[in-house]
Amino acid sequence: MKKNNGIFIKRTREDVIFDSINYTFMVLLCIIMLYPFINQLAISLNEANDSIRGGIYLWPREFTWHNYEHVFSEASVIQGLIVSVSRTVIGTGISLLATAMVAYAIAQKDFIFKRSFTIIFVMTMYFNGGLIPTYLLIRDLNMIGTFWVYIIPGLIGVFNLIVMRSFIEGLPTSIFESARIDGAGDFMMFFKIVLPLSLPVLATVALFVAVFQWNQWFDVFLYNSSNPSLTTLQYELMKILQSSNAAGGSQDVTSNLANSQNQNANTVTPLSLRATMTIVASVPIIMVYPFLQKYFVKGMTLGAVK
Amino acid sequence: MAMDEKLTQKVTIKSKADQKSKFKNFLKKCKQQHALLIMTVPFIIWLFIFKYLPIWGWTMAFQDYKPALSFSEQEWVGFKHFLFLFHDNHFLMVLRNTLAMSLINLVLGFVTAIGLAVFLNELRNLAFKRVVQTISYMPHFLSWVVAASLVSFTLSFDGIINEILVTFNLVKEEVLWLGIGEYFWGIIGAAETWKNVGWNAIIYLAAISMIDQEQYEAAKIDGASRVQRIWHITIPGMKSVIIVLLIMNIGYILESGFEPQYLLGNPLNVAYSENIDIFVLKYGISMFNFSLATAAGMFKTVVSFIFLIAANNISKRMGEGGLY
Repeated sequence: MKKNNGIFIKRTREDVIFDSINYTFMVLLCIIMLYPFINQLAISLNEANDSIRGGIYLWPREFTWHNYEHVFSEASVIQGLIVSVSRTVIGTGISLLATAMVAYAIAQKDFIFKRSFTIIFVMTMYFNGGLIPTYLLIRDLNMIGTFWVYIIPGLIGVFNLIVMRSFIEGLPTSIFESARIDGAGDFMMFFKIVLPLSLPVLATVALFVAVFQWNQWFDVFLYNSSNPSLTTLQYELMKILQSSNAAGGSQDVTSNLANSQNQNANTVTPLSLRATMTIVASVPIIMVYPFLQKYFVKGMTLGAVK
Repeated sequence: MAMDEKLTQKVTIKSKADQKSKFKNFLKKCKQQHALLIMTVPFIIWLFIFKYLPIWGWTMAFQDYKPALSFSEQEWVGFKHFLFLFHDNHFLMVLRNTLAMSLINLVLGFVTAIGLAVFLNELRNLAFKRVVQTISYMPHFLSWVVAASLVSFTLSFDGIINEILVTFNLVKEEVLWLGIGEYFWGIIGAAETWKNVGWNAIIYLAAISMIDQEQYEAAKIDGASRVQRIWHITIPGMKSVIIVLLIMNIGYILESGFEPQYLLGNPLNVAYSENIDIFVLKYGISMFNFSLATAAGMFKTVVSFIFLIAANNISKRMGEGGLY
């Protein structure tokens, strides 16, 4: 609140105009950011056949849990949920450990390969073989149709590595020195000193990796599309989206109409199904990210400074 | 002469000994740092397999690659696939779409994120500022599948955009936004902005917070208005961050994204939505034309790299410092 003390208390006419425009703009921005999501939430909680009439904005008209009951009775959704949670938990755990170990090593001033290892990692940010060679490699490694194709190829993200390295480099060196004098080896130092001190950056990277894992659908599409036991929630939603997008969005209207003709209380229309899946596929992340805000803001800043 | 020879011999022996001791030193250090090596070497091997080995796959771009044959049996065809690409109207259209969408994303991304950071910085109510920031990050954490679903719903026939436009008589009847190709680039630009503007503003806000507050006070005493202070202090204060990010983003000039175009694309807008990534997927994975798809992908990576180096050099020459 630096600006509010001393000579700045008096607001000029310009201030009043500027602030009112700025606050209006910000409120508008928040509405634009939130509305599409809240609208889907309302539709997902509204009776399916009623939703087709339109006119649902922020609040369900005929409240029901039925859409959710229907979605969670689908075997593919349950399977998708299991795989999504597994890849998020396992992928985040392994990736965090791997990233932290490499980051610790390349943060050591006297490490002989500090420079060369850093360079070969950073190079891959701008240079990669691309889709087809990578696909053929995965195929040749017999990883198609396995769960590990979700974990191994993206094990260490370069950006995450840089964020963690910058953080570890910023730790006070005196701690390391005294631990060395006490005879601590690198593993001891890593597990007993560096990891506990790096909790903020670990939280940041964990969030980044978890979001990445949870949101992935393309690797499912590419490697495991013929394997229903390895589907994910995002991939299931993607299939729903693709079928309703096929005719430029107009199909929404027609298929909904088709459905409304058989007024069966147990039907869930494509419209409601899509809204419900959208909410199911995004709620876990939306519940978590606000609590990690102060960490990831710092992490972003660390990563960009190199 | 003989003396000279002897002398050079001595020198080489000496440098050889030097090298030997250097090597010994190196081994000794390796032994000393064996724990650090155990921590990194497995992941360096991983890096080579998953990130560097695929680059070897670029050889496919110069062959008529047939999966059944071994490497030595493949037929080499030189630049045939590249020549084909540049005479192919389909690929030229794809290239146009890629460049157009990535330029729109680049410009919009920069302007909106910088703008949002500036205006967030002008908010005096810190609690309100924090709430706005938290909300503005939200779309960044959603997957593109979810985001595309929200976008296509918002833009659908009975979506909110059409409803507003019809209510205020801005259009006569509902517009099928995703069904008209000419609108596609704009839709992608808007969707990217919606998804990432809050996130991208983080870095500019950090840059603004580094600006010396006294500058503002001095300017105020000199009678500078609020807008003038933004223009002459806040924006110049972000200059170095803007330049670094600009260089990095120019390296992604042919990366217009894949997911939004793929998920929002449909047969009606395909002439505007198909970009290089989708082209590669189509030819490589669906049609098994690995060589042509690899050539297109390789072209993308190489051009991006050239752009990155060029941007970095230009920035250095202008005295702004570069990435490396």
